Amino acid sequence: MRSGLLGIEGLAREEIQAILDRARDFQPKPDQGFRKLALLRGRMVVNLFFEASTRTRTSFEIAAKCLGADSVSITAQASSVSKGESLVDTLNTLAAMRPDAIIMRHAASGAPHFLQRHLETPIINAGDGTHEHPTQALLDARTILDRGTSLEGLRVAIIGDIAHSRVARSNAYLLSKYGAEIVLCGPASLLPPELKQIAPGVTLTTRMKEAIRDADVIMMLRVQLERQHEAAFPASEYFQFYGLRLEHLRLAKPDVIVMHPGPINRGREISSEVADSQRSVILNQVENGIAVRMAVLERVLSGVAAN
Amino acid sequence: MASLLIKNGRVIDPALSHDGVADVLIEDGVIVGIGKDLAVKQSAEVFDATGLIVAPGFIDMHVHLREPGFEHAETIESGARAAAAGGFTSIAPMPNTFPVNDSATVTSYIVEKARKHAVVNVWPIGAITKGSAGEELAAIGSMVNAGAVAISDDGRPVMNARVMRRAMEFARSFNIPVIDHCEDLHLSAGGDMHEGFESVRLGLRGIPGCSEDVMVARDILLAEVTGARYHVAHISAKHSVGMVAFAKSKGLSVTAETTPHHFSMTDSDMLPYDSHFKMKPPLRSHGDVDAVIDGVGNGAIDAIATDHAPHPGSEKMQEFEKCPFGILGLETALGVSFEHLLHPRKIGLKRLVELFTTGPARILGIPRGTLATGAAADVTIFSLDRGWTYDVNKSFSKSRNSPFDGKTFRGGPVATIVNGQVVWRASSTGGKE
Repeated sequence: MRSGLLGIEGLAREEIQAILDRARDFQPKPDQGFRKLALLRGRMVVNLFFEASTRTRTSFEIAAKCLGADSVSITAQASSVSKGESLVDTLNTLAAMRPDAIIMRHAASGAPHFLQRHLETPIINAGDGTHEHPTQALLDARTILDRGTSLEGLRVAIIGDIAHSRVARSNAYLLSKYGAEIVLCGPASLLPPELKQIAPGVTLTTRMKEAIRDADVIMMLRVQLERQHEAAFPASEYFQFYGLRLEHLRLAKPDVIVMHPGPINRGREISSEVADSQRSVILNQVENGIAVRMAVLERVLSGVAAN
Repeated sequence: MASLLIKNGRVIDPALSHDGVADVLIEDGVIVGIGKDLAVKQSAEVFDATGLIVAPGFIDMHVHLREPGFEHAETIESGARAAAAGGFTSIAPMPNTFPVNDSATVTSYIVEKARKHAVVNVWPIGAITKGSAGEELAAIGSMVNAGAVAISDDGRPVMNARVMRRAMEFARSFNIPVIDHCEDLHLSAGGDMHEGFESVRLGLRGIPGCSEDVMVARDILLAEVTGARYHVAHISAKHSVGMVAFAKSKGLSVTAETTPHHFSMTDSDMLPYDSHFKMKPPLRSHGDVDAVIDGVGNGAIDAIATDHAPHPGSEKMQEFEKCPFGILGLETALGVSFEHLLHPRKIGLKRLVELFTTGPARILGIPRGTLATGAAADVTIFSLDRGWTYDVNKSFSKSRNSPFDGKTFRGGPVATIVNGQVVWRASSTGGKE
């Protein structure tokens, strides 16, 4: 059985490095588009999105097309889930149509892990609840590496709703495997103390200035109102205490980069000035999303990892 | 007159302070005597218990039989068979059926069904409030008259402290215990597993230990005010155990039960996103499990109960957060208790028997849990060394949701006798029939 990609936690550094290296091969040359390749011609992937997504779904679709694979996209509203079919039955039905992989996003943490136990078809996790978002961490690492030489020893501040962030978890796992220093920052109600044991090199702070001081990378997270089951902080105060503004950047390293997995909420977690500044690499992240997902699709569909 | 002689077993009855090899003679469903050279009729059936333990029938004071209303998951008949196969002779079903057991009508229905179809004794627990909605008191007196032995809004705890106070006061009139599933629903809202490192790692919402603790604290204070007999169901959190011990030291009528899964597994033992490890209260931390085990040993905890909670596969085969809470427990309770309490010498055999007999019998105030002459002949015969493997697909339950499937145990039930009748026997291979 070929293996899919469920999360970063269980990946070895070598596997991650192989994807990051391969993604560089797929990056477009300046002022050019992505090259169309035929590496996965004749292969088929299903994009199954149970949760709203623009960039991740489009990114996976383009990645598949760039490699010559066919891709079919299904959203929950249009699927038989809306007719009351269970998730296992939906996946079994799709698997019976013999796709080479299923790319899946679901609002329930662990949904792809649960399904993979019942399914032969490899599953690529495109984000599960508040658990992991492995391709986001990979594209973030690719983006950081494009500006520097190594992830080792970097100080990376991840700021926002850490408790509910799959992006924060996947990034913490990945960066930790490279020996980076990871500072997780947010209001205490969104920063469970247990997070510091999640991976070596992780520290926590509720003070934004402390997180940003000497940072090489600042990753801002979207305030996920749809995952807020209660008011964990006064919404009116969020930007004042945890919104990234230009004056913060002076505390960081001079060549600090500002990242955001999108979609950004200008004026809520990041000021417009920062989002549009020279330090922002937000659109580079989006572009790298395609290259990294091409590398992931190639790895999963060609069974490289199984060898 | 039907008579049964249980020969040559090691008879342990904490109620009689008896521990020694002896015969037990039963006639017409009643214990006639324990000893050697009993006057036995020629016609008596003989059960050779050599090398086995003979104890008063085990009582599980916390089960869900799902009838009426959810017969696809369990029935009084199937649940009673599972109980017998687990060595239990008495079970007390919680009232969260459909309709809720909040009236004499439903209580009588359960009593009648049990009389006709259950191979073990069934002692219904009535609801505290109508529909277990937490607002208006249920018809408590009528339920008691119909056979209810306690009241509880298990699974839907009474959040309004004033209602709980009134329930405790009213229950005093009938001298029945008020059993609370201690969970502050606001603190636990949306939670799927114990709040701690594992929940943070898995991205699942947590049920904090304090959601149990604050309710235990509230209830103990109310028990003091009202003088009620108050019982904590499935205690799982460290501070809750401490508070029960404190209440006992103050002389309050406070008791507690715990479940085999709460002293045998922690949140780090669960298979990620496997709903067979999803229950309330959730599997907690090592510190909590240690406190529960200490409580079982030192008397803070009075009984072991299973919280046997059958759910059909269709409900447990879903995204973790969509799956209902609860696991089977009747058939594995002894095996798990031996593996995690007895064999590692956390408690002795007499204490273990107490936790399944005199403990729950006293809490519920039922005339069971002893082999005294004249007592109903409920007997549990078990082995301490026979190896067996639990195969959930052979369970008598109608459901299959057990985290113990495939586990091997040293020691377990061998025969279950209810009112003098052998209602279940292990097969000679050591497995279950």
